Amino acid sequence: MKWISPRELREQGVLGMNSRNVDYIGRSNDRSRYPLVDNKLKTKQMALEHGMPVPVLFGVVRTQHAVQALEQMLEGLEKFVIKPVQGSGGKGILVITQRRGDDFVKSTGAVLNLREVKRHTSNILSGLYSLGGRPDVAMIEDMIEFDQMLSNYSHEGVPDIRVIVYHGFPVMAMLRCSTHASDGKANLHQGAVGVGVDIVSGHSLYAIQHNKKVEQHPDTGFRFDELVLPHWDEVLHLAAGCYGMTGLGYFGADIVLDRDSGPVILELNARPGLAIQIANQVGLRKRLQMIDDLRPIERDVDERVSLAKQMFGVTMV
Amino acid sequence: MSSRLQISLVAGILIALGLGLALYKKIELGFPLLPGQRQVVWTLESKISFIPAGGPIEISLALPSSQAGWVVLDDHFASSGFGFTVMASNGDRHAQWTRQSLDRSTTLYYKLQIYRADNVGLGGGPVPDIEPPELTTDRQAAMERVVASLQERSSGSVSFTALLLQQLVQEQMDQDAAFLFGNREESKLAVVMDVLAFAGIPSQRVRGVFLEDGRRRQQINSLVEVFDGKHWTIFDPTTGQPGLPENFFVWRRGGTSVLDVVGGLSSQLEFAIVKNTLPIKTVLFMEQQVGEQPLLDFSIYSLPVEHQGVFKGLLLIPVGALVVVLLRVLIGIRTSGTFMPILIALAFIQATLLTGLIIFLAVVGAGLWIRSYLSHLNLLLVARITAVVIVVILLMAALSIVSYKFGFNQALTVTFLPTIILAWTIERMSILWEEEGGHEVLIQGGGSLLAAVLAYLLMSTALVEHLSFNFPELMISLLGVVLLIGKYTGYRLTELYRFRDLSRPDK
Repeated sequence: MKWISPRELREQGVLGMNSRNVDYIGRSNDRSRYPLVDNKLKTKQMALEHGMPVPVLFGVVRTQHAVQALEQMLEGLEKFVIKPVQGSGGKGILVITQRRGDDFVKSTGAVLNLREVKRHTSNILSGLYSLGGRPDVAMIEDMIEFDQMLSNYSHEGVPDIRVIVYHGFPVMAMLRCSTHASDGKANLHQGAVGVGVDIVSGHSLYAIQHNKKVEQHPDTGFRFDELVLPHWDEVLHLAAGCYGMTGLGYFGADIVLDRDSGPVILELNARPGLAIQIANQVGLRKRLQMIDDLRPIERDVDERVSLAKQMFGVTMV
Repeated sequence: MSSRLQISLVAGILIALGLGLALYKKIELGFPLLPGQRQVVWTLESKISFIPAGGPIEISLALPSSQAGWVVLDDHFASSGFGFTVMASNGDRHAQWTRQSLDRSTTLYYKLQIYRADNVGLGGGPVPDIEPPELTTDRQAAMERVVASLQERSSGSVSFTALLLQQLVQEQMDQDAAFLFGNREESKLAVVMDVLAFAGIPSQRVRGVFLEDGRRRQQINSLVEVFDGKHWTIFDPTTGQPGLPENFFVWRRGGTSVLDVVGGLSSQLEFAIVKNTLPIKTVLFMEQQVGEQPLLDFSIYSLPVEHQGVFKGLLLIPVGALVVVLLRVLIGIRTSGTFMPILIALAFIQATLLTGLIIFLAVVGAGLWIRSYLSHLNLLLVARITAVVIVVILLMAALSIVSYKFGFNQALTVTFLPTIILAWTIERMSILWEEEGGHEVLIQGGGSLLAAVLAYLLMSTALVEHLSFNFPELMISLLGVVLLIGKYTGYRLTELYRFRDLSRPDK
């Protein structure tokens, strides 16, 4: 078992959990704005007001009583996603890819009848998937048809791009690929693969699973070093744009690439994890300090993105 | 930076204040800093409660004198609205409360602190006259036969008494004895005294209190003492064993009752008992100082005994919290919640570590299993938690009963584990299980238990117990330390492992 010395961590500029909480989240994020990102419905409404692309909302189920009317709500919907509004870690998300008669076909191929879909929705409402078991609300939205190229790097789930945004600047990014081990979820600590992505080009840098380097996707076998994310500029602009709408100084934007409509915001996270540093093989702290030096001057999204590209290209750091 | 400076300043002041107060107590007041040689000091709070019958009231309480090595350190009366005197007559001290009239039921308090300086017996004492009991004819006849049968089988007054009490304890009585003791109007002890008097054996009651830490409604108890012509021998009538029990505080030897209430009904004498293990130096010191030093007057010692007992536990919580904070912030161990480990540690203190751990694991394990079934039933959250609470209580009851039947008395301490904590642990762990998988349950559950065990080990140290109870102002310093930790932005120990992949030896 190999350990790293605190001195080396400091030299690498690695951000630790304590420092993240005190120096960045505590200092930059106003607690009163957390509900905007913790509640996916509020995030979506806010994004729509600001003209940001999000998956289309088909409907919201707020009460157990309303679950009975689910059939009418789903009428005419061929494919859709039912998810808990306050869920975390991708839990409780039901993805229906097609209808077969009265039945529903899940992304994994399993077939559900209406009663099972209703029960899943009822479970969401009773808080089965929300943090700490709080009663929740279910929302039904359009299914993302992700880019064909990305499907090579994902197993049974949507690969999403996590961009850390500090005071409006995209500072670090990674692609999170679900694996069989992560049960289709894109959370790194559940076994998803994190691929560090160069801020300038969208080219992959390094890939990790369970904090260890991997060369290729464990399920699909595609090599990560050939990966270049499409629509990269749009992704950066979208992530940086979320700053203006949330007012959060430090957050992670989760973005997915839709085959037709390009990058859309899936959700935002006010306490993004630190594993992104391992996936990029770079510490966050130096980049954050560089932003701190720039902060006094107000800049618009384009400026922020181009400055970030100048500063954080791999060759530069 | 200014907030950091502020915190450092505030923390510095808090730490200095706490240490300063502690040092003042040490240097100026002579409080011992180290527990040193320890002495068990019991604090008894006697509560006299009664309902006034109308008319003048006179309450007389016999006060204990130092006997059998017991030393009364300090006593204290509360007598609001009553005339109060302490009267001494031929070696006996009586506290007397008087009042012309009273219209509601009242409680009077008498608090004393005692310790046993020497473990000696009661020694000699005046021999009372024998007053033969007055009996009805049928009881007279039964008494004669019982005494005759006992005398036949015994060699003297001591073995006579031992035999009599043995019969009583083991409930193997012949018809006559059963008839004598079957009378419901007299206590069994009164009958014992009658039998002894009838047999011509000088005897007296020794009244006192069985000392048990944390008892709240202890009653006065009586032992039986018989004189064999040369020595007194004492018996515990509940066990039949000769000798003075170690934890029996002798209140009054011989004589009449301890409490006399004139003008009141349903009078009761109850004791709340707290055990403190104090250093001898503190004990002697308190003898002189209490009441004279203003700082001590505002110390925890001035609280009623019942609350002192509560504080003894409460004051340890910050120590446990410090352990949890250190483990989470500096080491990076994940626990489920901040307070759960502390509460588990407190339960361990009550139940002892090993039994506490075993019971905790057993109940939580079984609870998790049942909870996983409940989650299949798809219940609403509140109903689910309530169901878990009920199941936990059933489990605790079942565990207690089964283990008691098998003769493991320790399992009874399961009741010390707070039900709500167990239920919440089960609930949290099962949600964690569903959301993050069994691996995370092991990490967080294991982390919580590790934190609880470490907190327990620290909290049960003699030094920590001594300091937290005698120098509660150190808590102010602790607060300062915690504030400083709250500003720690360095790496956690576990991060040195987590980020090991970032190390570049070539560079």
